[in-house]
Amino acid sequence: MSATAVHSLWTTAATAADPIGRIDAPKIEYGQLAPTLIIIGAAVVGILVEAFVPRRARYYAQMFLSVVALIAAFAAVVALAAGGYGTTKAGIAAMGAIAVDGPALFLQGTILLVALVGLFTFAERRLDPEAHGSRVDSFAAQAAAVPGSESEQKAVKAGFTTTEVFPLLLFAVAGMLVFPAANDLLTLFVALEVLSLPLYLLCALARRKRLMSQEAAVKYFLLGAFASAFTLFGIALLYGYAGSMSYGTIAQVVDGTVPTVTPALADTMGNDALLLVGSALLVMGLLFKVGAVPFHMWTPDVYQGAPTPVTGFMAAATKVAAFGALLRILYVVLPGLRWDWRPVMWAVAIVTMLAGAIVAITQTDIKRLLAYSSIAHAGFILAGVIATTPEGISSVLFYLAAYSFVTIGAFAVVTLVRDAGGEATHLSKWAGLGRRSPLVAAVFAVFLLAFAGIPLTSGFSGKFAVFKAAAEGGAAPLVVIGVISSAIAAFFYIRVIVLMFFSEPRPEGPTVAVPSPLTMTAIGVGVAVTVVLGVAPQYFLDLAGQAGVFVR
Amino acid sequence: MSFPLLTVTAALPAVGAIATAAVPAARRTAAKWLALLVSLATLALAVTVLVRFDPGGDRYQLTESHSWIADFGVRYELGVDGIAVALIALTALLIPFIILAGWHDADPLETGSSRWRPTQGFFALILAVEAMVIISFEATDVFLFYIFFEAMLIPLYFLIGGFGDRAHQHGEKTAATQRSYAAVKFLLYNLAGGLIMLAAVIGLYVVAGNFSLTEIAQARASGELDMATSTERWLFLGFFFAFAVKAPLFPLHTWLPNAMGESTAPVAVLITAVVDKVGTFAMLRFCLQLFPEASKWATPVVLVLAVVSIIYGALLAVGQRDIKRLIAYASISHFGFIIMGIFAMTSQGQSGATLYMVNHGISTAVLMLIAGFLISRRGSRLIADFGGVQKVAPVLAGTFLIGGLATLSLPGLAPFVSEFLVLVGTFTRYPVIGIIATLGIVLAALYTLVLYQRTMTGPVKPEVSAMPDLRVRELVVVAPLVALLIFLGVFPKPVTDIVNPAVEQTMSDVHKKDPQPEVEAAK
Repeated sequence: MSATAVHSLWTTAATAADPIGRIDAPKIEYGQLAPTLIIIGAAVVGILVEAFVPRRARYYAQMFLSVVALIAAFAAVVALAAGGYGTTKAGIAAMGAIAVDGPALFLQGTILLVALVGLFTFAERRLDPEAHGSRVDSFAAQAAAVPGSESEQKAVKAGFTTTEVFPLLLFAVAGMLVFPAANDLLTLFVALEVLSLPLYLLCALARRKRLMSQEAAVKYFLLGAFASAFTLFGIALLYGYAGSMSYGTIAQVVDGTVPTVTPALADTMGNDALLLVGSALLVMGLLFKVGAVPFHMWTPDVYQGAPTPVTGFMAAATKVAAFGALLRILYVVLPGLRWDWRPVMWAVAIVTMLAGAIVAITQTDIKRLLAYSSIAHAGFILAGVIATTPEGISSVLFYLAAYSFVTIGAFAVVTLVRDAGGEATHLSKWAGLGRRSPLVAAVFAVFLLAFAGIPLTSGFSGKFAVFKAAAEGGAAPLVVIGVISSAIAAFFYIRVIVLMFFSEPRPEGPTVAVPSPLTMTAIGVGVAVTVVLGVAPQYFLDLAGQAGVFVR
Repeated sequence: MSFPLLTVTAALPAVGAIATAAVPAARRTAAKWLALLVSLATLALAVTVLVRFDPGGDRYQLTESHSWIADFGVRYELGVDGIAVALIALTALLIPFIILAGWHDADPLETGSSRWRPTQGFFALILAVEAMVIISFEATDVFLFYIFFEAMLIPLYFLIGGFGDRAHQHGEKTAATQRSYAAVKFLLYNLAGGLIMLAAVIGLYVVAGNFSLTEIAQARASGELDMATSTERWLFLGFFFAFAVKAPLFPLHTWLPNAMGESTAPVAVLITAVVDKVGTFAMLRFCLQLFPEASKWATPVVLVLAVVSIIYGALLAVGQRDIKRLIAYASISHFGFIIMGIFAMTSQGQSGATLYMVNHGISTAVLMLIAGFLISRRGSRLIADFGGVQKVAPVLAGTFLIGGLATLSLPGLAPFVSEFLVLVGTFTRYPVIGIIATLGIVLAALYTLVLYQRTMTGPVKPEVSAMPDLRVRELVVVAPLVALLIFLGVFPKPVTDIVNPAVEQTMSDVHKKDPQPEVEAAK
């Protein structure tokens, strides 16, 4: 097949007996796709709400809609799991585009719960002082108004609020639901964009420090666009290599179990250079989303600049979704290549753990500190990813669930500590917080201890799970380095606790705002999950263990 | 199912801690009484454990076993041997005295908001430490032990960093800085040790497949579980490192003088007399049982480090100008003796070491608590600020002397018996080490007596001329402990009876027999 083969791409399609008759209507398993469909539907309705519902009622309408959608989607996930998806059977829905298996459902459930908790912090309206008689949230009065301009003042005076954040959140969640479940590379890419674009927007919407927020959004967007381009380029090369976008087919080509060569790609197919470069680019894009070194540069700036509720949501949910996608790529698409990617991931994990922990020591802003801490945690999770065993998968799933609730709780606490300029994120302002408001400081200390991986917190269970999986997977040196960087990381978590409890409060220090039940719920859920997963993790370990098998 | 005595013994102070912390801010005194009552009730339970324990019976008694985290192979397994029983009794005994001695140490200052409740926090944290220490003595599951071994750092950290001496020779601001430095140093040292141990704990799981001390030890003994020599050594080092930090052994000891110097005297007693014992106890229970071959392999190095601890700690104690730091270095020297006794691998050495843990707890408590009373009266920790105290406060000086004499192992007081046993046990196997270690006793006489001489004798310094003698509360703290020191010095049999069978078993774990006397061997 040389000269004719090239044309066969078109000719075979044309000479097929009855082209129109052969185009089957795609078969969509609505039941299996219900979680995603519910969220996307609600997001679309949310946009209509923005267009047609009076301004006064929008907040409540959007809140109601989002909460109902998230709960309904979670119920759908639970129903699917109860129906045996993930444990006894698994499905590939929407013509091979979406996998419905254990890891997908577990991660989707986690993302939905995190989003629900995150939504509560989005909707908080008691923290900022009332602006001209109307309660406001953390988001800009009018996103389109130039910071400091007259139109912005008008918008503030009129009491505008950006209720668009709710549908934006739902769109991001929809992308996140698909991201770890995507079963072909195009779906993966679409999901990546669907989850990223709303986040870029949300980052720019801070009510206070708007320029910083916009700067963060631009940085995130530019670097994110680069990462997306890498991903897309990688996808193209992988298609050239395997002649298919489908995970399963690519894996078969990698394994060498597919002898039939697509004629059009005869020259490139099976070319290892394409495979290696393509998968490297693809994984790079995912590592960017995960925040692993050396693709972590955006994390501190974006975490610091974005409105804190968005930071919390992004830090928790994006990480879950991106690690889910990374796991699926590495375990489903590229298991045949593991002797090539494992050394690379080893290096990435080591650098990520150490760099995150070491650089965090020098931080003076609480949000930047948490950003570097999230980088270090990405390294710990990568240690579990490298295990390439079912235990590795389930340990990563468990870690993600544990970590995301700690993160969202910690950022929710950050929203409470305020001074005249909004949130007081500089660490020096946190001095003596334990004397002023022992309860808030104690709750934050619980989260910090969980980050540090002190026993009886979820952080310890998670760390133990991934390190155990890594050790069993033959990565003992990685465990030792992980343990060392945990010790380094413990230093800066402890430093914050020292600051809160043992330093004298500053006379002009920040006050702790009394939040509405919304933020209280978010923090309460965070603490509860942290303690429960620390003291009695067995049920959730079981859950993650059952969910530890990918469909192919 | 029988009554879970061990769980209740550990859980009671934990519940008491929560209850104490919940007492409203205005009811400070109620919180103190509540904490004291809980600690006394815990003591009663510990005595029950002591009585129910049969020295001639099974190795681990009063056992409890429940499934906990099956995925990690972790079980909630408790059980006590003679060594653990003795140390639980010591812990439960000392806590009421610590609480009583610290009765006013955490009264809130004038400044501070109405919601700030340091008193409740102080006593709740002490009870929390007690609960965690007791459960780490009871745990026969390595993972369970590890969790509480690590978790106990948190309340201790707050005790060191949050509460210091009322009066400080350098003013409150410096004191706060030094306190916070001491607390962070304490935490980082111990956390680093603990995390290294975590790597070894994970390694042990990968090798053994579960965490049960009894199962692993049995499998090791019967040869079912074969460990590569290098694996065993690495795991041993991981465990030993954590315990050596906690104990503390030279050169990992530097956190102790800071921590003991900056914390209040009762907390210093809590650290050195109670918490550090977990380190030496764990060497006996985990290092020797799980890794017998590696323990023997490491013995020479450990013994040398122990001797260095003994001599170096004593020398530094001689040079101290600060009373509390002096006692801290003296403790480092004593921990050297304990570790030497453990790794001498003779039955005298190990029962001496166990006895030493108990006696050192009591004698240091006496010395340190009285030093605390002294320091709070004068508002300074410097030896040079005192002089002639015995003329104005004879009872204080007298009991301080008894505590000091106990520290230098005067015959007739409890520590003598244990120090003698340790030295004899070491000498029979390692004569040179034994001889060098004996120098530690000479130095102990030097630092204790010089301390006494400088603070208590000589002309009365004007600042101490109005110093009141021990008050009733302080006498209640000191008198029973002094009586116990004398009693155990004359009649140590009750403790040795409990300890000895457990020591014999540990000895058989490491396949060591006592060396025979040469005369007999020559026959």
